[in-house]
Amino acid sequence: MLRIEKLSFSYKPKKDKEPVFQDLDIEFRPGLNAVLGPNGAGKSTLLKSIFGLLSYDGTVWYDEKNVTKMRTEDKTKLMAYLPQTDVETSTLTVLEMVLLGRLPELGRRVKDEDLSSVMETLQALNILHLAPKSLGELSGGQKKLVFIAQTLVREPRVILLDEPANSLDLQKQLELCQMLRRLVETKGISIIVVLHDINLALRFARHIVILDDCGRLYQAGKPEQVITEKMLREVYGIVASVSYDGDGVPTVSAIRSVRDERQGTA
Amino acid sequence: MDGKGYGSRPDRTLYDSMIRRRAVLTAALLGVMLILFLLNISIGSSSISLTEIVRILFTGEGQGHKAMIVREVRLPMALMALAVGACLGIGGCEIQTILRNPIASPYTLGITNAATFGAALGLILNTNILRVSEALMVTANAFVFALLASVCIYAFSCRPGAGKNAIILFGIALNFLFSALTMVLQYISDDEDLKSLVFWSMGSLLKTTWSKFLIVLSALIFCFVILYKNAWQLTAMTLDDTKARSLGVDTQKVRRMVIILTSLATAFAVCFVGSVGFVGIIAPHIARQLVGEDQRFFLPLSALLGAVIVALSFVVSKLVIPGVVLPIGLVTAIIGIPVFLAIIFSRMRVI
Repeated sequence: MLRIEKLSFSYKPKKDKEPVFQDLDIEFRPGLNAVLGPNGAGKSTLLKSIFGLLSYDGTVWYDEKNVTKMRTEDKTKLMAYLPQTDVETSTLTVLEMVLLGRLPELGRRVKDEDLSSVMETLQALNILHLAPKSLGELSGGQKKLVFIAQTLVREPRVILLDEPANSLDLQKQLELCQMLRRLVETKGISIIVVLHDINLALRFARHIVILDDCGRLYQAGKPEQVITEKMLREVYGIVASVSYDGDGVPTVSAIRSVRDERQGTA
Repeated sequence: MDGKGYGSRPDRTLYDSMIRRRAVLTAALLGVMLILFLLNISIGSSSISLTEIVRILFTGEGQGHKAMIVREVRLPMALMALAVGACLGIGGCEIQTILRNPIASPYTLGITNAATFGAALGLILNTNILRVSEALMVTANAFVFALLASVCIYAFSCRPGAGKNAIILFGIALNFLFSALTMVLQYISDDEDLKSLVFWSMGSLLKTTWSKFLIVLSALIFCFVILYKNAWQLTAMTLDDTKARSLGVDTQKVRRMVIILTSLATAFAVCFVGSVGFVGIIAPHIARQLVGEDQRFFLPLSALLGAVIVALSFVVSKLVIPGVVLPIGLVTAIIGIPVFLAIIFSRMRVI
């Protein structure tokens, strides 16, 4: 399974600048992992580092394999990564866009297996009907689903998703998370997903990793272990109540910012 | 997502129909190109009928004056029009792709203006950089400076963190620098030299010889083959950098490769025929409207359209005023720009 050892990273290596991570150790679990934390905690930076888009100190391990030292081709075979970039336009069709996800396999003639895995991924995300359209004709949420399809179509062992649920409506958010859960169960792969919506993460993830605003690991564990009112106050700076539904899934209702409280008592 | 329960046959139909449409378009354009090519051989100071041309070209028959004109004069010129157009089309297509900017082309990056400056050095100051024969001096100078500009852009793009916008800005700066330098030379030159420089910068195919054509053709084939082999990587370059890298594309490396290859193609094209700048912008735009940005089609179609535009301009340049051949660069711009505007504003689907 994916493990991070003594990860240190700084965007500008200067002494006076605070590093994003300093000797960070995280152990992910097989299945669906969610990374939570406030803005600027380094969630996206963490995924970029794992995928190797940034040069960091420390080591990323997959079982006993050193991912940090892997060649790009091997890394892209092992992992797929969906960056959190703004929706873009392109004259490529949805079919071509998703096909690009299988870039290392593509030759002058596109093989049947590549095409059928594209179609199946589109089907799984309920966007098969969009296949012939060009990306410019789609809504923001539809484009997002196309890029998710592009990430999934590679059938890797580890999938890193940065805010995949952004700009999706509630139904599609739930469908996406259900699909990720199914994928994890049927294929035995691991997914590390950065989510803004705490409640969505609590409902679907088996393992939650919480980073605080200084890029340190605050806590990691099962949803019901890590989600406490104390954590929400210390990490997110909010006063919130945690309740449990019939299945024992915790739900957070945010009440107010800690900063408001301070002002109120002043 | 395993292949079961979802037959592979219906999967192909959508994809295959997309591909078929593009293949038909490409074939049609090849036909148009062939017709323009034959017209270019036919039209000239003495017109030669198409049947006669076909006989001279394909059966090897025909002696005398006409066969000589076809083989030694018209054929290399007509072929050069295609090769130069294709070089410029490819250059524009790939520069637009790697910089993700619809108005970028080798011209915008200053390569053409650098060549003009090199030509001006030869024409006005008689500077012979490579110490070649007098006849090749201007061409050699133009080539050296086109390459110099390319090396500058390449060196700049190798700096860590040189993104697409930085490269465009750098190219535009080079562009202005070389045009200012050319103006300095124009300012100090006499009327006669000034005139030849103006003619050079308007572009001309009339000095084409077989050897010049073969040089441009080799550059074209070399660049095309390497670019075509990387078609999927180049297609991925239409995405944002982080996304392309998440697919395993080394964006910096692809960008550098494209800069080297396209500058090479442009340098060869421009040094022999002068500046025919606009083709590099319009050909890829039209190609994009027709087949989209799958580089397995976008690249060849940009080359074909570049060839068609220059060949068509060459036909027109010989017909407007009987007995006079207008400069190819001017005709290309005058024909190309209205066509270009019509396409852009009727479809409004620029990138």
